[in-house]
Amino acid sequence: MSGLSEFLHMGGYAFYVWTSYGIALVVLLATALSPIRQRRKLLSGIARSVRRNRAQ
Amino acid sequence: MITRYFHQLASPPYFYRIAGRFIPWLAVAFALFTLAGLYTGLVLAPPDYQQGDSYRIMFIHVPAAWMSLFVYMVMAGAGSMGLIWRMKLAEVVAISSAPIGASFTFLALITGSIWGKPMWGTWWVWDARLTSELILLFLYLGVIALHNAIDDKRTAARATAILALVGVVNIPIIHYSVEWWNTLHQGPTVTKFDKPSIDVRMLIPLLLMAVAFKLYYATVVLMRSRCEILERERNTQWVKELVES
Repeated sequence: MSGLSEFLHMGGYAFYVWTSYGIALVVLLATALSPIRQRRKLLSGIARSVRRNRAQ
Repeated sequence: MITRYFHQLASPPYFYRIAGRFIPWLAVAFALFTLAGLYTGLVLAPPDYQQGDSYRIMFIHVPAAWMSLFVYMVMAGAGSMGLIWRMKLAEVVAISSAPIGASFTFLALITGSIWGKPMWGTWWVWDARLTSELILLFLYLGVIALHNAIDDKRTAARATAILALVGVVNIPIIHYSVEWWNTLHQGPTVTKFDKPSIDVRMLIPLLLMAVAFKLYYATVVLMRSRCEILERERNTQWVKELVES
């Protein structure tokens, strides 16, 4: 077996190990992206209301 | 001098600016520690003599479980500072911590479950450690739900702080559950007072990942706090100036 496929095989525990690391990646990524998206939405929302108030 | 610094730091516009400056550096440090932790943990560390390669789940599972407790203590601590001194910034940090703590708790539970299947032969048992950690997840979700249910931010902050403080009772229960009750979950191998019973080649990636998760929390809690500040201060002059620049 080559080095890489042996590494991916994880001594027969590939499913358990890679599922764990995959879920960790997804959960941590989602948790970090949500404030990025929220901040963008907040800033554009506040900018819109400032412009609206000025127009009146 | 120090108290003046605290007052300055606690002022929302100043904190917003300083946090924004720290976030990229913390994120870079997180990435470096994660890469080092993954390389040492998945490539360099030898297989365990009993569990083979399955034990490598530990490098996610254990730091996530540590963080689930650490973030809760930060949330409860900041929440009580908000209760006692009415510090707005403490309220912001407390509520911003909740979703991150929930994510870590969820990760600890799910990776534990995936690790339990090949080692214990079951995805889940209702033992003391697992059950008290599940209660921790419900406490986090309860804090988030309660905060969302109350419109006034300051009232919401006080209510969630009280809920978080009541839930602190669960923290020592989680920590000592493996000693107080006869459980399937193994006892601690690192956080005990005598020498850790873990190979140093496994200990190093574990500690690297623990630091990485701390840095992750620091990064994301600052990002969330900035959003929370913007929302609370949306009608103030400095926020209006900020969006126009």
